[in-house]
Amino acid sequence: MAVATYRDALNQALKEEMQRDDRVFLMGEEVGVYQGAYKVSKGLLQEFGEMRVVDTPITELGFAGIGVGAAMVGLRPVIEFMTWNFALLAIDQVVNAAAKLLYMSGGQFPIPIVFRGPNGAALQLSAQHSQAFDAWLAHIPGLKVVSPGTPADAKGLLKSAIRDDNPVVFFEGEMLYNTKGDVPDGEYLTPIGQADLKREGDHCTIVTYGKSVLLAMQAADQLAKDGIRVDVVDLRTVRPMDVNAISASVRKTNRAVVLEEGWEVCGVGAQVADLIQRECFDDLDAPVLRVHQADVPMPYARNLERAAKPDVPKTIAAVRKVMYLEER
Amino acid sequence: MAQAKARRKTEAGSLSDDTTAAERHGLLRSMLLQRRFEERCAEAYALGKIGGFCHLYIGQEAVGAGAIAAIRSDDYIITTYRDHGQALARGMSPRSIMAELFGRADGCARGKGGSMHLFDRSLNFLGGHGIVGGHVPLAAGIGFAIKYRGGDQVCLCFMGESVVNTGAFHEALNMASLWKLPVVFLIENNRYGMGTALERASSIHDIYLRAASYDMPRAFVDGQDVLAVRTATLEAVRRARSESVPTLLEVRTYRFMGHSMSDAVAGTYRSKAELEEYMKRDPIMVLRMAMQDAGEIDDPGMARLDEEVKAIVQDAWDFADASPEPPLESLFEDVLVETTT
Ligand SMILES: Cc1ncc(C[n+]2csc(CCOP(=O)(O)OP(=O)(O)O)c2C)c(N)n1
Ligand SMILES: [Mg+2]
Repeated sequence: MAVATYRDALNQALKEEMQRDDRVFLMGEEVGVYQGAYKVSKGLLQEFGEMRVVDTPITELGFAGIGVGAAMVGLRPVIEFMTWNFALLAIDQVVNAAAKLLYMSGGQFPIPIVFRGPNGAALQLSAQHSQAFDAWLAHIPGLKVVSPGTPADAKGLLKSAIRDDNPVVFFEGEMLYNTKGDVPDGEYLTPIGQADLKREGDHCTIVTYGKSVLLAMQAADQLAKDGIRVDVVDLRTVRPMDVNAISASVRKTNRAVVLEEGWEVCGVGAQVADLIQRECFDDLDAPVLRVHQADVPMPYARNLERAAKPDVPKTIAAVRKVMYLEER
Repeated sequence: MAQAKARRKTEAGSLSDDTTAAERHGLLRSMLLQRRFEERCAEAYALGKIGGFCHLYIGQEAVGAGAIAAIRSDDYIITTYRDHGQALARGMSPRSIMAELFGRADGCARGKGGSMHLFDRSLNFLGGHGIVGGHVPLAAGIGFAIKYRGGDQVCLCFMGESVVNTGAFHEALNMASLWKLPVVFLIENNRYGMGTALERASSIHDIYLRAASYDMPRAFVDGQDVLAVRTATLEAVRRARSESVPTLLEVRTYRFMGHSMSDAVAGTYRSKAELEEYMKRDPIMVLRMAMQDAGEIDDPGMARLDEEVKAIVQDAWDFADASPEPPLESLFEDVLVETTT
């Protein structure tokens, strides 16, 4: 166990899986010579060479499709999108090819591929560069969707994703890459589909995942000062969702807040709230509340961006509200 | 001192085109304004007054200045995130641009867009766009609308050389040629897309040859020579305006800064030596030397011009600094408009 950044944890996972299985290769913009737009692939070109660490032109649709084609005939591609905003150009290959081929072929063509890259807003990158697409991709049967919030989970989930025989959409975060945490050395696998109770409390549940885990943990710390103890359920995987972990927590606390980066309408939080009302109807002491981005494209100006993003105060306010405590 | 050195290294451009001395002076001023404006952008970025991504145009000023000098005020311009220089060349107010970069209420997009998304409807400046290749079909669409309405305007579409590898580019150019749309597709070939040299990303290294696939007229031109850029663009614009035929114009230039303010100027992908070699052909110096040889400007004249544009930039900075943050209620404005019909 050693302290590492989220970036280094991903790098370890890639490196170890590429050492372990020579069918695994990495492809995307700036992954090689430039060492990754966010340096996640640092050193990989030097170790594995140009055939396995492939710099592409700016052609998201094309190289996503090259990944799917290679996966059809037995390779195990890891496709890096510089950010998920640009992956919109590749959505056809992800949704119409990767997610469909197994089903359409009656089980003949599994597609073992990972589509990964940073998702959601960083700082002041404005409307086209600040979008979270987890709800979009989680909508699609035929995909698995994971979104780790800590370095250890980043490593464990990326290794599992690469070994998975299905298409896995893997959401990272620009603001997560520099965050640090304990990361187990070597073989360390986090199962896809399993949530993690990141903090225990009995007053309220915060269900979250990805970058928002950081906000939830900070909110939990501050709430603790007022004697409010929250469970933080980190989903880690958005699809398939760990229903048992959510309902076990809500049965204990009887209250829930769902915190996510993306937009409200048809968001992941809506899915979680639906699960809770179905599974825990008799346990609930308050309606489930949601914290999310304002229902607008992301603005550039610092003050507007701050107002648009979910944050710790908004999360605390939601928890206090489901506990019927006065706003402070 | 620095200027004297640069002067020795820079080969003067030629003045054998049809510009007047006053027009040449205007082009020199336009490039100098872009340069000084962006030098202050770099400063403001370091101070945290500008945030997010900020892509400077330094080294490429002749492209924006020369090409925009070749179109009319009712023609349209559409471009990428590297848009400050072209916005200034089009005559957008330095104040409103700087205020936008500072994320303030008086910005050209009310602080909503920032550096990558400068827009000015009154000048037919249809924006800086952030997704590589995404605006090229829009340019074809603008051309389509011009033709549809029976007008004689043209659309001037700037893009980086990496764009030619995107699907959107091929789809748009094919339709533009098929339907004879009045568009000038102007490629600013600065040799790199972020850290990727064009030879590592494009199977064809002479970018303008791509046009052959669409049976489209094509040309390339030296992008450090503003007069040459203007002349080449004039020809493409004439073809678009009078024959409604699009052109692919490759303008060969170089960026003197990093890809954006968050990238190193040189690094694993290009050497300092290469950068210094290209910097010998600073577009401002190329024109200045030619004008100096022709007796059109002298050192005191150049100094006066420099003071003049620096004052404009300082005024823009002061204006932006004094402009308030956008009001919070504006967060929810501009998502949709009220339908009036
Ligand atoms: C579809 C898409 N993929 C990736 C990016 C990230 N990106 C922004 S600019 C850029 C390089 C573009 O290079 P070029 O077209 O040559 O323009 P230049 O920056 O040199 O002006 C990349 C990869 C993007 N904005 N859009
Ligand atoms: Mg370029």
